[in-house]
Formats: sequence, structure tokens, C-alpha cells
Amino acid sequence: MEHLKTAVKKGFKFFVKSGIAAWVILLIIWQTASGFTLPEFLPGPVQTLQGLKEVIESGVLLEDIAISMQRVVIGWVKGLLIAIPTGLLVGRFQVVKWLVEPFVNFFRFVPAIGFLSLFLMWFGVGEESKLVLITYATVFPVVINTVAGVAGIDPVKYQAAESLGATKVQSFFTVTVPAAVPGIFTGIRLGLSSAIISIVSAEMLAANSGIGYLIYTSRLYYRTDWIFVGIVTLGLLGFLADKLLRKIGSTMFKHYGIVNQ
Amino acid sequence: MAAENKGKQGKITVKNLGKQYDAADEKKHMLFSKNINPDAIFQDDEEHYVLKGVNLTIEEGEFHIFLGASGCGKSTLLNIIAGFLDKTEGSVLLDGKEITKPGPDRGVVFQNADSAIFPWLTVYKNVEYGLKMQHVEKDRRKKIVENAIELVGLWEHKKKYPSELSGGMKQRVQIARSIASNPEILIMDEPFGALDAQTRRILQDELISIWQKTKKTILFVTHDLQEAVYLGEKISIFSAAPNANIAAKVTVPFAYPRNLNDGEVAEFTRGVHESLDKAMNAHGDKVIDKSAIAGRGFLCGS
Ligand SMILES: Nc1ncnc2c1ncn2[C@@H]1O[C@H](COP(=O)(O)OP(=O)(O)OP(=O)(O)O)[C@@H](O)[C@H]1O
Ligand SMILES: [Mg+2]
Repeated sequence: MEHLKTAVKKGFKFFVKSGIAAWVILLIIWQTASGFTLPEFLPGPVQTLQGLKEVIESGVLLEDIAISMQRVVIGWVKGLLIAIPTGLLVGRFQVVKWLVEPFVNFFRFVPAIGFLSLFLMWFGVGEESKLVLITYATVFPVVINTVAGVAGIDPVKYQAAESLGATKVQSFFTVTVPAAVPGIFTGIRLGLSSAIISIVSAEMLAANSGIGYLIYTSRLYYRTDWIFVGIVTLGLLGFLADKLLRKIGSTMFKHYGIVNQ
Repeated sequence: MAAENKGKQGKITVKNLGKQYDAADEKKHMLFSKNINPDAIFQDDEEHYVLKGVNLTIEEGEFHIFLGASGCGKSTLLNIIAGFLDKTEGSVLLDGKEITKPGPDRGVVFQNADSAIFPWLTVYKNVEYGLKMQHVEKDRRKKIVENAIELVGLWEHKKKYPSELSGGMKQRVQIARSIASNPEILIMDEPFGALDAQTRRILQDELISIWQKTKKTILFVTHDLQEAVYLGEKISIFSAAPNANIAAKVTVPFAYPRNLNDGEVAEFTRGVHESLDKAMNAHGDKVIDKSAIAGRGFLCGS
């Protein structure tokens, strides 16, 4: 009896701690609330599941996921290629900091969607403008966290490198870069979530595919359930991508001070 | 002794050295790094010297200790010799050449191994680091690294990462890493301060044996009297800041390995303790009464 009691207690604790309880509660509230409205206004979980079945069977959803993820990954990687070196240089060299930081501190308050029309004008209605938008959204969190990572490096590490004969350039590559890895990695993760968030804006105009497109256009057909499918998919993709990234980071960069929290 | 040294070049020669920090910086440093209230020490905002009129000669191959109370400027002097800090006045020479920046001719072992060694490199790669930076060719590099790792007794651990090592082993990595560059002198700032008593004793013995094998000049900072007498050939005792300088220089007349419980050694240690007490109450402008300790026959004059 005692055993059973502790087992139940343990199970309940896991249920709450793992976040499953939160989802169950959300689903119950969602289902209940949808009972008071029309499905065109607020489809419940069950209707959403039916919608999901439709878009999976027609192949639309997988295609949309593939195309959106492709955009996210390309835009995000481009953003990393710009932001990581920038952040490292800004963090390490005072002159670069003075020259670059004002722009960072200005533009990071302007969201990607604010540039949507401009990018359409400058880069056309094709893929380019969408990728630029995602890249833009990626750059700021990565730069800011990389700079913070560099700023947090113990000056003793540079002293050690110098007294072992390292030049300034050598110490940049052998101390600054590896010691900033935890900061860079936080930036990479936040950059990815920022990129995924911006996919909706990127696909809002002038797109004919993608999760953002699905969310944005389902409204026209009164398929609110498809909107929910899009939202849930987006959240799930972000969640899984971040989990994967963390796993990769904590194995590849174990000795660089990244822990999988 | 002083007469003997006249005209002869020491390995390190410090002449009339003075160091002044920016007053605001120093106050901040005292508050945050040393937990001292600067207002209790400085009456006004006037600029002052931490070190003033420091004169010192360190001979080749000497095991030289800097002993002094916290905050008297031992690390400051060491950092100037290492080339990390600019001096305000005077001169600091290594083999007759003015020191202006850090370099592999001066190996540095830092107090905090966790901040000094590279956690992303294995023991082997940490020790190899300096040689790589100096473009030493591969075969020679391998030989030197293996020797250095062997010397500090980390051979079995050479593939491990710092996170898998104990505090004492990390300090060994630092020592091996510095030795690998074959420096003229080894600079150590309280390297065993954070270790437990037993590990500290083991590392002290190992350091003596490394010193005897490599014949390096060692500059070692401590505020542990016992450690000073156990390790040093010469001990420079600092007076208190501001305007700190070297209040007394002592030669330790015992052969290695030393036994601190030995009557003579214990008596000697008491003598050093007394001069340390005196030095702590003295400032550079009030030179302590040397005759009192000179009578014991171990003061070697400044
Ligand atoms: N980087 C710095 N900037 C400003 N002031 C400093 C700096 N480093 C040391 N000081 C000041 O210089 C004085 C001497 O400090 P130092 O660290 O050299 O003493 P120390 O003898 O090594 O002391 P400890 O035994 O605590 O290590 C102190 O008043 C300290 O606050
Ligand atoms: Mg110190």
C-alpha cells in the first residue's frame, strides 16, 4: 500500500514537472472554450486534429514545413555567418565596438516585420526578400550574445596566452573564439527562435507556400482549424529544433562550458 | 653580500620602481577584489603610490619569495615583471633588458588555475599551446611536451580535460605549460593558495624538485610564512602599502628538504615572523629597525 502511494506520488510529480500537466490543462480549457463558439471562430483540439489530418493527407503540410524550414535554415545560417564574426570583433576590439554598437543598439529595436515592405521593394517578391528578413531577425540576438560571451572572458586567459608567446591575432583565434563559445551558442539558439518567429512575417506577403502562408491564407477560406494547425506546427518545430540544437551543442562543445539545461 | 653583487648583473634587477594606479580604479579594486574599505585607508583623494622605491636583485637560478600582507603590492610587482602592467617610474630589467611586455621568457603560473588554463584543450594540448604559438616544429614540440608532462607527473592524465582534474593537477598543468617554453624565470603568484594542506605540501615538494632539475629562477609570491621558509632561498619581505617597498631581505640557510618542526628552522621562522610584523607596521618612508633582526644573522641587507 505504502509502495503504491509513493509510486502514485512520484508519477504525479513527473506528470506536473515534465510539463505534460500544463498541456493537458491547456487542452481542457481549449476544448471547453471552443464548445461555446463556432468552429470558424475557435476550433477545438478535436476539430484542429481533423484539420491536421486533411492537410497531412493532401500533402500540403509537409510541403509547407519543408519549404519554411529551408527558408529558416538558410536565412539563419546566413545570419550566423554575419553575426558571429561581427560579435567577436565588436567584443574584442574597442574601436570596432565604437563603430558598430550604435547601429546594433538602434536596429535591434526595429522588428523584422518593420522592414517587410522595404525588403520587398529592394529584393523583389522572390525568395531573396524572405531570406533577408530571416537573416535580419537572426543577426541581433547572435551579435548581442556573442559580444556578451567575449566580454565575459577572464582577462587572465589573455595574460596566459601572451606570456606563452601568443600574438594579438593568435590570441583572438585561440582564446577569444573558443572562450566565447557559450555566449555564441546562446546567441545561436536565440537566433534560431527569432528566425522561426520571423518566418510568419516573411511568408505573409508574396508567398505561395510555407507555414506562414498557411496561417495567413487559411483565414480567407474560414479554415480557422488550419490556422491552429499552423500555429501548433510552428511551436512544435521551434521546440524540437531547439532541443536538437541543445543536444548537439552540449555534446560537441562539452569542454567549452556548455551544459544542456 | 651587497658588495659582492656590485657590478654583477642579476637575472632580474629592479631599480627605484614606483607604481601608482588611477585612484578611482584602485578604490574600486579594493572594494570589489579585496573587500577592503578604501576610505579606512586613504584620508583623501590624493594620488599615491602602491609601490615606491623598490630595489631588488634576483640572481640566476634563485628560488626567491615575495612575502607580505594582503594588499601590499606583491601581485602588482609580479605583474610588472611579467609585463602585464606598466610601471610608473624606475626600471625593471631581465638580463639587463627593460621589460615592457609579456613574453615566453617569463613563464607565469597564476593563482587561479581555472581561469588560467584552457578548458577546451586536453592536458597535452594545454602544455603544447605555447610551443604552437611560437611555431616550434612538430617533432621537437612533441618531445618537449612529453618531457614537461612527465616532469609534473601527469603522464597518465595527458588526454584528460581540465574539468576532469583536481585542483592540484590543474596547477601541475600550469607549471608544465610554462616550463615547456623554457622560460628564463618562472613567476608564481600564490599558486598553491587554494589547495588543501596535504596537496599543497606535495606540490611544494614537487616544485622544489622541478627547480632542482631545471635550475630555473623562480619568483614565488605567498603570504604564508611557513611556505616561504619551506621553499625559499631568499625571502623579500614587503612593507605595507601605500608606498610599499621591500623592508627586509632574508637568506634561508637550510638545505632541502627542510623540516619546519626542526628546532633551528622553527626558531628561524619565528625570526622571519617578527620581521614580517615589523614590516607590516612600516611604510616605505619609515624604514624599520633592521638592527633588531640583523642580530639573528639572517638579514642579508638591501
Ligand atoms: N588592477 C588594479 N587596479 C587598481 N588597483 C589595483 C589593481 N590591482 C591591485 N590594486 C591595488 O593595489 C594594491 C596592491 O594590490 P596587490 O594585488 O598588488 O596586493 P597583493 O600584495 O598581491 O595582495 P594579496 O596578498 O591580497 O594578493 C591594493 O591596494 C589594490 O587594491
Ligand atoms: Mg596578490
